Amino acid sequence: MNMKRILSAFVLAALLVPAFALAVRPITVKGSDTMVILAQRWAEKYMDANPGVTLQVTGGGSGVGLAALINGTTDVATSSRPMKPDEKSKLRDRYQTPGIEIPVARDGLSVYLNEQNPVRELSFQQLSDIYTGKITNWKDVGGPDARLTLYGRENSSGTYAFFKDVVLLGKDYAPSCQTLPGTAAVVSAVAQDGNGIGYGGAAYGKGIREVAVRKDAQSPAVAPSATTVQDGTYPLTRYLFFYMRKKPDGEIKKWVDWILSPAGQSISTEVGYFPVK
Amino acid sequence: MSSVATTGEDRIRVLPPITKTGGGRVGRERAIVAVLGFCAVLAMVGLLLIILFVFREALPIFIDRATQAEASIRGFFSTPFWQPVSDTPKYGLTPLLLGTFKVTMVAMIFAVPIAILAAIFTSEFAPVRIREIIKPAVEMLAGVPSVVLGFFALIVLATWIHTLTHQGTRLNAMNAGVALALASIPTIFSVSEDALRAVPNSFREASLALGASKWQTAWHVTLPAAAAGVSAGVLLGLARAVGETMIVLMASGNAAMISGSAFDSVRTFSATIAAEMGEVVVGSAHYSTLFFIGGLLFTLIFMINVCAGLFVERLRRKLRSN
Repeated sequence: MNMKRILSAFVLAALLVPAFALAVRPITVKGSDTMVILAQRWAEKYMDANPGVTLQVTGGGSGVGLAALINGTTDVATSSRPMKPDEKSKLRDRYQTPGIEIPVARDGLSVYLNEQNPVRELSFQQLSDIYTGKITNWKDVGGPDARLTLYGRENSSGTYAFFKDVVLLGKDYAPSCQTLPGTAAVVSAVAQDGNGIGYGGAAYGKGIREVAVRKDAQSPAVAPSATTVQDGTYPLTRYLFFYMRKKPDGEIKKWVDWILSPAGQSISTEVGYFPVK
Repeated sequence: MSSVATTGEDRIRVLPPITKTGGGRVGRERAIVAVLGFCAVLAMVGLLLIILFVFREALPIFIDRATQAEASIRGFFSTPFWQPVSDTPKYGLTPLLLGTFKVTMVAMIFAVPIAILAAIFTSEFAPVRIREIIKPAVEMLAGVPSVVLGFFALIVLATWIHTLTHQGTRLNAMNAGVALALASIPTIFSVSEDALRAVPNSFREASLALGASKWQTAWHVTLPAAAAGVSAGVLLGLARAVGETMIVLMASGNAAMISGSAFDSVRTFSATIAAEMGEVVVGSAHYSTLFFIGGLLFTLIFMINVCAGLFVERLRRKLRSN
């Protein structure tokens, strides 16, 4: 008798679960670890002002977010790099759309050195030689006689892809480059390793020195700062993107409009990025 | 009605009446056995489904031409580079195999002597009160989640090792290996200690009676007698080290490089899958390669366990015949 009652209670509860799930469906935002803090801040501020909306933000890497967009498991993908051609074609195959790209912020990509390191500036060519493994000792770029330790990101990262395209010009990273799960991990590794070098978004720089970067022999070496990223004189700037499968509508459109408004853009400066305009 | 003679109120029903089906007892019994059997089958079916799924997702490597153009079995062992995200993707498994091997070897070099000697101490020499402290303490080490061990290795252990040795990079095979050893020691210790305690006292008494010291007895008589169990423990610890993911992901630096030094960063199979699986587009050559690696890992650990079983069986037979 009791068993039957318990069993029917369970069945009833199980039937109600899908009803609940349909009622409160969050907007999923997934992707770039560089952007995860920014996206969370945007989501929190927006949800505070609009209690009926639920936004769910996760990281994992730009590649993870875009793969989720293609697999249909997220509404919005955040990415610190533009979508690759084969990602675009997979999206077109599956959803008959090339995807919607919305730049939402600008970021300066910093190169970090340990505070003790005397090197103050590096050129694109030197960075490329360092990260492809051609230069292995700090003395070749004006530092002490010590072996370089390369720190980078996993290949799912948009930061990895951006650095590879813009600085390495498509060449492969050296096999000895250690891969760390996020910008914060790169910063912490370089902060603890006197001979380390790493790269990552400007918003995460603490406890290390960001080196001045020179695009080529003719240009001046520019250190990353609010002004130099904003006016474009710092050579390693990139856009941060939102990607969607279809033009934003309903709640997503309201959220994106809010992000691109002065209110949302001022939040990106708080976090350490720069407005899109 | 019961066959027990009763008086009015204090009639006690002892057993259900003797009818054709025993009052439903046989049926109930059969139902219970069916449920138990179902649970056992469920476990087997789960394992089978995992194997099928992994090999199905890795199948394009074996049969699809388009995938083979990018990632083929020959390609896995002909290039020394693992660069799956690139203009010219390279799927060399050699650095990953070497990395797994290095980290496992370091872990075993530390874990096996420490665990076995600790087991010998605990079972042969320690007074009961000390044994009751050591055994639970080591087993508590088994309860530490691997992500906590990995975190400890990343932040604390790496700095210790680097300050001590000043060799190589901070995150390297040695760091990951020592942390892995911490994860394997409880397994090896528990199984070895049980095996040593299972050796009959007559062995020890005979040896002591012939004039051997306690240590000579433990090393030359008891340990060889427990060899079957101790080997099983070591192989279980080995299987754990090969499959462990979180510790190597955090502590080894994940650089897919080929080098002989234990103080260089390494990238293992398990860490590769964990780090890259989130990024791949389902169905791509990279995706199939990651499942191939998963299948390889699974096969490796399966073979270790099979060897363990055969080895233990052979030793047991030898001891029985003695």
